[in-house]
Amino acid sequence: MTFKDLHIISMKSFSRDMIDHILDTAEKLEPIASSKSKSDLLKGKVLAVMFFEPSTRTRMSFETAMMRLGGDVLSLGSVDASSIAKGETLADTIRVVQGYSNAIVLRHNKEGAAQLASEFSSVPIINAGDGAGHHPTQTFLDLYTIRRESHLEGLKIALAGDLKYGRTVHSLCYALSLYGAEITLVSPKELRMPAEIVDDLKSHNIKVRETDSIEEAITDVDVLYATRIQKERFPDPAEYRKVANSLQITPELLEKAKPELKVMHPLPRTNEIDPRVDDTPHACYFKQSFYGVPVRMALLALVMGALE
Amino acid sequence: MSLEETPIPEIRVHPIRNGTVIDHITAGQALNVLNILNIPNPSSGVVSVLINAPSVHGIKDVVKIEGRELNVEEVDRISLIAPNATINIIRNFEVSEKTHVHIPEKVSGVVKCINPNCISNSNEPVTSRFTVKPDGRKITLRCSYCERTISEGIGDHLL
Repeated sequence: MTFKDLHIISMKSFSRDMIDHILDTAEKLEPIASSKSKSDLLKGKVLAVMFFEPSTRTRMSFETAMMRLGGDVLSLGSVDASSIAKGETLADTIRVVQGYSNAIVLRHNKEGAAQLASEFSSVPIINAGDGAGHHPTQTFLDLYTIRRESHLEGLKIALAGDLKYGRTVHSLCYALSLYGAEITLVSPKELRMPAEIVDDLKSHNIKVRETDSIEEAITDVDVLYATRIQKERFPDPAEYRKVANSLQITPELLEKAKPELKVMHPLPRTNEIDPRVDDTPHACYFKQSFYGVPVRMALLALVMGALE
Repeated sequence: MSLEETPIPEIRVHPIRNGTVIDHITAGQALNVLNILNIPNPSSGVVSVLINAPSVHGIKDVVKIEGRELNVEEVDRISLIAPNATINIIRNFEVSEKTHVHIPEKVSGVVKCINPNCISNSNEPVTSRFTVKPDGRKITLRCSYCERTISEGIGDHLL
């Protein structure tokens, strides 16, 4: 299995063996991510970071990952101050930037942008989110968090919140299907997981249960993965408040959960998780965002050929 | 003989000497077939179209193109909207070759992605591209860029 020059576009192009190898590599690099040791693994390499949409965690964790491995980061900066504002196509921008870098991280507002970029690039493209499409590095860090803080084998997980539009949960479901997880989907009927994804999971012999009650879902799961519920999905603000309140994770709710339950969230959160949960042993979301660094270090080192 | 009893002369589409007859087109799809074949154009010759023609299995559309033999790629594109069509190559009034359309694994530049936010619908130097998945009598197209699928009304999204 070789990762050198591999484009990372969608989870669907990764087998379980490939995912395991990436997670193993991330675990080896974790001491470097937390400054416990130093590395020059990517010295002399340049990572181009092109974000056409705002981002905090994804962008900064990619930049940190590259710097922790001794590499340099080249940033597109503001789209308004670039040739893109003059009407340059993404294809042309990629053809130019590939000449300046050893890999390109791309976030774009249009679905399929990373796939298109990969067709015009001789260096690896890493998809950091393409519209409502894919965000595979988020899924890798979610899997890594589950593996480090809970367990991937025999996992029972509840996914709660906006399961209709949330791209992170779609990719995560696909990846969890490779590990045979038991999945409970918790959402109001307006934000249910698309039927084709549920059918796809069932066709992989995954146990899937759908409910709108978080109390019911929480009792026997190992991980509760919450996602942001966006106000703009609801025409009626009162309905939004009702749904958001019904899915809010509080210390009182967590009293019904197993002691080892971990609460995850891709962040930013609004009011899905009561801040009082932060101080409980269940809270895992800030660690989750840190784990983005070793996971992205692993991906960068593998696609740039610095590690096998 | 009264006016009501006067026999109405049957209007027939004449046999063609050389060209292609596309038979058993899904009823209502003939104009989309012409669209896929880029007809009419100045060099398309005489083209006859039958819509909702009676057939053993109900109704069908038929297209007769004079002076043009369709190639394999053109025939396969037709399968997206008329998977049961048959292609008859006519030479000197005789059926010289008869084939069924073959559903291709991939198509590009035929159908437009239905997702308005797909990168293939923007000002980029790429043509739309889909993988084709036959499912019984139904066909599903999956965009190679955004992965959105089209299974209903494919003929409405021709480029």
